[in-house]
Amino acid sequence: MAGNLKLEVVTPEKIVVSEDAQIVMASGTLGEFGVLVEHTPFLTSLKPGPLHYKDAGGNEKFLFVSDGFAEVLPDRVTVLAEAAERKEEIDVKRAEAARERAEKRLAGEEENVDVARAKAALARALQRIRVANA
Amino acid sequence: MPSLKEVQLKIRGVKQTKKITKAMNMVATSKLRGAQMSMEAFRPYADKFAEVLGSLAAKAGEDSSPLLVIVLFTSDRGLCGGFNAHLIRVAEEYMEQCREKGVEVSFTNFGKKGRDWCKKTPCEITGEYIGVVGGRFGFNVAVSSARELIKGFLDGRYDEVQIVYSRFQSVSKQVAAMKQLLPIPPIAVEKTDVQKGGAFMAEHICEPSAEEILEAMLPKNISIQIYKALLETSTSEHAARMLAMDNASKACSDMIDELTLLFNKARQAAITAELMDIVGGAEALKG
Repeated sequence: MAGNLKLEVVTPEKIVVSEDAQIVMASGTLGEFGVLVEHTPFLTSLKPGPLHYKDAGGNEKFLFVSDGFAEVLPDRVTVLAEAAERKEEIDVKRAEAARERAEKRLAGEEENVDVARAKAALARALQRIRVANA
Repeated sequence: MPSLKEVQLKIRGVKQTKKITKAMNMVATSKLRGAQMSMEAFRPYADKFAEVLGSLAAKAGEDSSPLLVIVLFTSDRGLCGGFNAHLIRVAEEYMEQCREKGVEVSFTNFGKKGRDWCKKTPCEITGEYIGVVGGRFGFNVAVSSARELIKGFLDGRYDEVQIVYSRFQSVSKQVAAMKQLLPIPPIAVEKTDVQKGGAFMAEHICEPSAEEILEAMLPKNISIQIYKALLETSTSEHAARMLAMDNASKACSDMIDELTLLFNKARQAAITAELMDIVGGAEALKG
C-alpha cells in the first residue's frame, strides 16, 4: 500500500485530530464506511457515532463525532463536526446526564417537547457512552 | 487661580482614574489574546467548510423582502471608544433606509449596548443574548440563535436577515460591517487551489444526494456565520477597549502633568505673596 491518508477532524473550537492514518472508519448517515488511501472523492454527512482509525504506527484509535460532514479525497479525509472528542476525553458523566434528560423528555413528562431534538440529543449521548466504553 | 487644596484634590482624582484605565487596558489586552486565539482556532473549520460548500453548487438568493431582521452585535459594556457607536450607526442607517421603503424592521441583539439602543427605536426586539459577546462562549450559542432565525425565516415571520458586526482587521482597526445571512446569498465560489496530484476538481460521490447534503450544510453555514461574527465582535471589543483605555491613560498622564504645573505655580504664588507680606511688614516697622 502506497502511503497513508491524512486525517483531519475539525470542530469550530479546535482541530481535534491531524495525523496520518492507514485506514479510517466512520458512520455516515447511510451506513458505516471505511476509507483507504486512493479512495474515490466522496462526500457524506455523518450521524453521531464512533470514528476509528489506525495511525501510521498501526495503533487503533477511537473518537466520538457528532453530526457533521466528511470529505474524502484520494490522499486525505476531512471531517467537519460540531463536536468531536477522543475516547479518553469523553465526559461520561455528562453524557449519562444528557441521556437521562433526553429519555425523560421522550417519555413525555414535560410539555412542548421538540421530539426531533430530544432524539438527536439521545443519539449523541448514547454514542458518546458507546465510544467511551469501546 | 484655584486654591492649592483644590488642585491637589484634582490631581489625586486623576491619578485614581489613571489607575483604573490602566488596569482595564491590561485586562483588555489579556482578553484580546484569548479572543484572538479562539478566532484562530475557528479558522480551519470555517475554511474547510467553505471549501466543501464551494465544491457543491450554489443557489441564487431572492429579492424583495418586506420583513427584515437585523442581528446587531455590540458589546455588553461601554468604555471602548466609538466601538458601539459605529456598529449602531451602521444598523441605524440601514434601518432608516428600509423603513422608508415600508419594510418592517425588527432586531435580534447580541450585547447590552445594542439592545439599550433598540429599546429607543420603534422597532420590535425579537431576541436578545446578553453576556455572550466579550466573554467565553461555545459554538452552541451560535447554533441555538441560528435555529431561531432559520425557524422564523421558514415560518415566514421574516424574510430577510442581516447581521451587523465588527470585522476585526487588526488590533488598531475594526470595521463595522453588514452581511446578509438569509436568504442565503449566492456563495462566491472561490477557486480553491486545485487538489495536488492532478488538475481536476474532484467530482464527489455524494451520500446521500448532493441536494440533501447541501440542505444540511446551509443551516450549519448560518451558525458558522453567527459564530464568526461573535468571535470577531468580541475580539474587536477587546481591541477597541484596549486602545480606548490606552488613550485614556495617556490623557490622564497629560492632565496630571498640567495640574502639577498649576499646583507648583499656585504654591509659588502663595510663597511670593507671603514673602511680600513679610517684607512689607518689616519695612513698615523700620519706618
